[in-house]
Amino acid sequence: MTSRPAQIAAALLAGILFGFGLALSGMLDPARVQGFLDIFGNWDPSLAFVLGGAVVVAFAGVTLSKRMRRPVLDTQFHLPSNNRIDARLIAGSAIFGLGWGLAGFCPGPAVASLSLGLWQTMLFVAAMLAGMMVHDRAYRTQRAPAHRPA
Amino acid sequence: MSAYLSSLAGGMLIGLSAAILLVLNGRIAGISGIVGRLAQGANISVNLAFVLGLVAGPVLFLALFGSWPQVTITVGWPLIILAGLLVGFGTRMGSGCTSGHGVLGLARLSPRSFVAVLSFLTAGVLAVTLLRGMGL
Repeated sequence: MTSRPAQIAAALLAGILFGFGLALSGMLDPARVQGFLDIFGNWDPSLAFVLGGAVVVAFAGVTLSKRMRRPVLDTQFHLPSNNRIDARLIAGSAIFGLGWGLAGFCPGPAVASLSLGLWQTMLFVAAMLAGMMVHDRAYRTQRAPAHRPA
Repeated sequence: MSAYLSSLAGGMLIGLSAAILLVLNGRIAGISGIVGRLAQGANISVNLAFVLGLVAGPVLFLALFGSWPQVTITVGWPLIILAGLLVGFGTRMGSGCTSGHGVLGLARLSPRSFVAVLSFLTAGVLAVTLLRGMGL
């Protein structure tokens, strides 16, 4: 079955579960996120349980998906095919990690906590979208010479 | 509920969300990817539904528990802007964040995601240690 309305409903349900899970877990609180990353200071290890719990349940989903020829609501799985461990992966993740530590926000919690209406999270999300656009422009320019006319 | 229990329960719900999106839609629940594709106008209806649900999650928390989840902002606007730019740029360059690489990547036993998680955790620890060193 490939049904756009069903896919939309599934995405909405997944989004609500994700946002509620973040709220319950404590990940929405930048002070706690920074406490989790403060391993040389006043370390708060509780957020490790968020990742642990999430990975275990997601692993069950991954295992189930491997036994399926296609997802329930689509004709094929849309999974990343890039296996390369390169400088882009490591540097990009490090740049992300620096930003994550500086403000205590990663993309999910930042977007979810927009509902609280704090100007700081709105500013963060706006800056994050700008950062994405800056990357995409810089990368296109950098890659341009590779696209020679046929 | 203790902080550890609520963190574990919240994490399991995040994992359930990721499992649902994978098994039903065949998609990775990577927030930076979903938000980025939405900003680019790709697959708008499905991605928008996920993001609206994500924003509605804390509202459900408010309805069930009678108060908003705790959000303590710790830094001023200059650092918020810098951090946002770094997070946006870095997640595009590294193709993922705490959800895509962290939750799904580790669950898929992807060596690429293990390296990404190691990299962003190390950098996050470095950033907080620097902040603490500067008395922030």
